Amino acid sequence: MAPKSNRSKTGFTLWAVVVFVFLYLPIAVMVLFAFNQPAPEAIANNPGISPCDIPATQIGNVSVWNGFATCWFNKGLHDPTYIPAIITSAQIAFIAAAVSVILGLMAALALARMKPRGRIPFDILVYLTLVVPEIVIAVAALIFFVQAHNTLPIFPKLGFWTIVLGQIIFNSSLSMLIIRARFVGMGDTLEEASFDLGAGPLATFRQVTFPRLIPAVLSAFLLSFTFSFDDYVLPAFTNGTTNTWPIVLYSAVRFGITPAVNALATMMLLLTVGVIALTVVILRRSRGGSTDGVAKNFAALGV
Amino acid sequence: MSDANDFDVEFRGITKRFGDVAAVNNVDLQVRKGEFLSLLGPSGCGKTTSLRMIAGFEQPDEGELLIGGKDAVGIPPYKRDVNTVFQSYALFPHMSIIDNVAFGLKQRGVNKSERRAKANEALELVQLSHRADDRPTMLSGGQQQRVALARALVMNPRVLLLDEPLGALDLKLRKEMQFELKRIQEHVGITFIYVTHDQEEALSMSDRIAVMSHGVIEQLDEPRAIYDNPKTAFVASFIGEMNFLTGTVTSANDGHWTVDAGVGVPVQGVGAAPLNEQVKVGLRPERLVITPNSDEAGTNRVLSTVLSKMYLGDQIQFVVTLPSGATIVAIEQRASVDPATDNIKPGDRVTVSWDAHAPLLLGMVDAQTANNSDTSTIQEKP
Repeated sequence: MAPKSNRSKTGFTLWAVVVFVFLYLPIAVMVLFAFNQPAPEAIANNPGISPCDIPATQIGNVSVWNGFATCWFNKGLHDPTYIPAIITSAQIAFIAAAVSVILGLMAALALARMKPRGRIPFDILVYLTLVVPEIVIAVAALIFFVQAHNTLPIFPKLGFWTIVLGQIIFNSSLSMLIIRARFVGMGDTLEEASFDLGAGPLATFRQVTFPRLIPAVLSAFLLSFTFSFDDYVLPAFTNGTTNTWPIVLYSAVRFGITPAVNALATMMLLLTVGVIALTVVILRRSRGGSTDGVAKNFAALGV
Repeated sequence: MSDANDFDVEFRGITKRFGDVAAVNNVDLQVRKGEFLSLLGPSGCGKTTSLRMIAGFEQPDEGELLIGGKDAVGIPPYKRDVNTVFQSYALFPHMSIIDNVAFGLKQRGVNKSERRAKANEALELVQLSHRADDRPTMLSGGQQQRVALARALVMNPRVLLLDEPLGALDLKLRKEMQFELKRIQEHVGITFIYVTHDQEEALSMSDRIAVMSHGVIEQLDEPRAIYDNPKTAFVASFIGEMNFLTGTVTSANDGHWTVDAGVGVPVQGVGAAPLNEQVKVGLRPERLVITPNSDEAGTNRVLSTVLSKMYLGDQIQFVVTLPSGATIVAIEQRASVDPATDNIKPGDRVTVSWDAHAPLLLGMVDAQTANNSDTSTIQEKP
């Protein structure tokens, strides 16, 4: 029966390849088209200037391959609207992820120890924030933020901070679920052992519980950061005059997008892959070779 | 009579309930200084709950718990002078072996060089100092268990609690660790309270054994007394193997009693017995002697038929049918080659005999259980 099992093995390998191609081909194409030239007639119509300096409305069809150019990277990095928007988005995502992970961690520790009577209503609220369509939360947040600012002037008006607040709603629920899954899976024994050896609750958290939760905390942070960074719906409602990277991109679509966007996206992709690779290396080193938990958490990230 | 300070741990009427179930039911227990005490019983008997109350992970609902003569109720685990060796080892996976062992000393504020020295000493005691810088996951189960032991011992606690510490090890390793544990306990002189469901472990290591069942201590005694003089049918059946007979006491005088257990001959034993009462009598399989080709029946000698024979190398196990139709188990040690016993076959007529010290009086039978119990019950090892 060996030939048959070999054939099915080949079949499955082939299937896996197809799946991965399906998943990653669009990204590869995106990267490739960061090196695309403007349409030949656009170059002909704009003599004397660098192909990447041709106005976005005149570059013609860049969805077909026109030839190789590297100038979009430089162009993208010096774009007066894209770069500030990316920095804003990164700041929002960082603050929202950091706050969410702290809230999520506290909620996870508390909920895992609560009696069902207190836990279940809280759990339902947490799941609701994940299940309710984002647009509903966005509309509600908009009304709430406006009213809150009108009644309480201390409350920030629509802008950077309201986007952060909106992101925290979703991200803290997400962080809580990721961290709690790991916390519950750890069991009580290690904490009991720590108590038994004379470490009080705080010392136990610092030396035993938190170090064991780091992989989950890290995945929660990365996942929150990613979700916030490219979220459009909530910021579109609660941004006031602040422009995030997705908002700028969506409005740019109307005037035509240049390969500079691809170039920026490619750079972000490289950055993300680099950060994740670094994290895995650091965690592997600090955990003495056992990266099971990390691997699982990264699997959840889809990396 | 005795001062509370003679005991490292004392239970006074302790009850612990989970929901409606009393896991530990009004238990009194006194653990002497420096002794190796085992809490032995089947799962759910309350032994682990008792241990967890001493450790401070559970609080009793009723009664007093004294550790070192002082009230310990309400004191959290991290403020108690006791340490635990957990069944699952519970080593911190993100720390090296030496950091695991030094963890408790660190909490006490012992400086780094001193706690490393002490941790190394403890690792030497369990013969693992060469693995000090490894991670727990790189060690075998037996090694991890020894690290867990070192981590608790380095604290030099008043009492060391061991929660089925050998349960996860294979048989051979378990035997080795039994010797090792006993050696270490004698070396350090710390009081050990050892929870197990393995009677052999308890018998081989303990100074005293508390046999528990359904939240109460059935008997607390030295291993030999637990085996030779079980006070209840539960203890008799849980420790070793036991054949049970029930019958009426027909005579009781001059330190001897006789019971008519319906086996065709009187069963006679040593001690006092309540005349004319229904009692339960136990007979250890290894105390029964099987003699072939004999027809002299009499007191403590009964003619039977061999039902089955199992050859176990060092011993032969027979199941024989008594004249009453009941079956009992008899185990013959093969101290030397004895063709007469070796050649007994199923179906052969044999005499089963025992001396007057073999039958154990295991208390009276109330009407309810008398009706339910067979004249003989074969108890296998748990």
